[in-house]
Amino acid sequence: MPFKSTVGDYQTVATLETFGFLPPMSQDEIYDQIAYIIAQGWSPLVEHVHPSRSMATYWSYWKLPFFGEKDLGVIVSELEACHRAYPDHHVRLVGYDAYTQSQGSCFVVFEAR
Amino acid sequence: MSKKYDAGVKEYRDTYWTPDYVPLDTDLLACFKVTGQEGVPKEEVAAAVAAESSTGTWSTVWSELLTDLDFYKGRCYRIEDVPGDKESFYAFIAYPLDLFEEGSITNVLTSLVGNVFGFKALRHLRLEDIRFPMAFIKTCPGPPNGICVERDRMNKYGRPLLGCTIKPKLGLSGKNYGRVVYECLRGGLDFTKDDENINSQPFQRWQNRFEFVAEAVKSAEQETGERKGHYLNCTAATPEEMYERAEFAKELGQPIIMHDYITGGFTANTGLSKWCRKNGMLLHIHRAMHAVIDRHPKHGIHFRVLAKCLRLSGGDQLHTGTVVGKLEGDRQTTLGFIDQLRESFVPEDRSRGNFFDQDWGSMPGVFAVASGGIHVWHMPALVAIFGDDSVLQFGGGTHGHPWGSAAGAAANRVALEACVKARNAGREIEKESRDILMEAAKHSPELAIALETWKEIKFEFDTVDKLDVG
Repeated sequence: MPFKSTVGDYQTVATLETFGFLPPMSQDEIYDQIAYIIAQGWSPLVEHVHPSRSMATYWSYWKLPFFGEKDLGVIVSELEACHRAYPDHHVRLVGYDAYTQSQGSCFVVFEAR
Repeated sequence: MSKKYDAGVKEYRDTYWTPDYVPLDTDLLACFKVTGQEGVPKEEVAAAVAAESSTGTWSTVWSELLTDLDFYKGRCYRIEDVPGDKESFYAFIAYPLDLFEEGSITNVLTSLVGNVFGFKALRHLRLEDIRFPMAFIKTCPGPPNGICVERDRMNKYGRPLLGCTIKPKLGLSGKNYGRVVYECLRGGLDFTKDDENINSQPFQRWQNRFEFVAEAVKSAEQETGERKGHYLNCTAATPEEMYERAEFAKELGQPIIMHDYITGGFTANTGLSKWCRKNGMLLHIHRAMHAVIDRHPKHGIHFRVLAKCLRLSGGDQLHTGTVVGKLEGDRQTTLGFIDQLRESFVPEDRSRGNFFDQDWGSMPGVFAVASGGIHVWHMPALVAIFGDDSVLQFGGGTHGHPWGSAAGAAANRVALEACVKARNAGREIEKESRDILMEAAKHSPELAIALETWKEIKFEFDTVDKLDVG
């Protein structure tokens, strides 16, 4: 009789915090998350880092936080521009909340190639 | 004008029932649910509560006249019916600020819930709520770090945090215990937790546990690339031992420790919280013994008071019940007191059990911890009820996974992230819970198996302590 087991082996995965356990998002799904950030009144912010430093507190800002930006298209363009400029970096989108001085949302949009 | 000494027994209401009194902003206000002995007028019972919890004693005494007792006495200024309950009423009492030592929750409780609870003229007494005046709040240390700092330290944003208690809760050796911590954290949890019963027993002394746990946390961080922590329980028999354990956790580079604030006591808790502020350590707070005090609807102290007291005494995370799991707690009441933990201002709202406006000023917020009998099927409701500033802890729901704790952890993490993503995208996650979880399970065999394992488990018992409604 061939060996058969119902128990699977869970392999540890390296992840990048929030949404790290979900499959990569489609374009539409990313738009939904950006729309949520804007609807909450948070400022969108794009950050990037070389994978060797991914656990660091400070990732590099892409330009400056987009304070008060309400246009979803602008944020998508900036994410893509950052990814083009740093293809070997992780790129994440932050919904910065000035009231709590915290990040209402934060997830990696492009993983380093 | 000076008064004459008139020995004897006066009715309490002559001195302590003052319906015309307008409370000051600096007064500490309390709402008691009072059930008096039959035949005793409400005003007299309410005034007795005000007297016995402030300056009064059963007889007039000459030494009262050495001071201006009107300046120091507590006053009952309002009586209200309890909706749907003929035998009890609410008594609202104002206490002058000078009755309490600055920054001492211990002192406040010793007065408000001291001797008065044994008073014979009462059948039952329950402290429903306290309005702490800003003048008192500013003397309290509060959470050592608060929600914002904890998120920054742990690098967790935009979602509830995920944890679990190590099981079995008693009987594992230090090395075996560390193994379970490692499995949970590598599987995707942010935190693991010492069970409250774990202190330093013969099968597992604290130092041994701390060392193995520290190694487990470090390994999990290195392998996953995410920040992790384990609440190292520093609750001990004496303050000296408590601080010794806290110091060692810091020496091992651990981010968070834990204390049981009711069995340990408010004095110990406030001291440890101050130590945490000074030493850059997060503080998780367990609440063993709370149900003894808060569960009976007519006797004791409501948990919203104990939650407010904890925020003032200090802690970065506090257990609040789950609403949906195996432990007591109705939804509106729970929402009412988690507001008290996290918001900077909470308005009076009887539909949530909050009897007063409560201004918290600059006091940092406390994470609400939902723990006890919850599993993946509860995830959408938990995210909807508790929001992002919470820690959701699945014990049996992690270790009970057929593939083990790491797979159980991963299943919970996938479910959590799927719910947050769906909520952000504008979906009604409680209504669409089944669809959201089943979609997520397509990409996660761990979640698919978890959903199958716990599909029938429910804890549908009515709550014992409900909001008072007519």
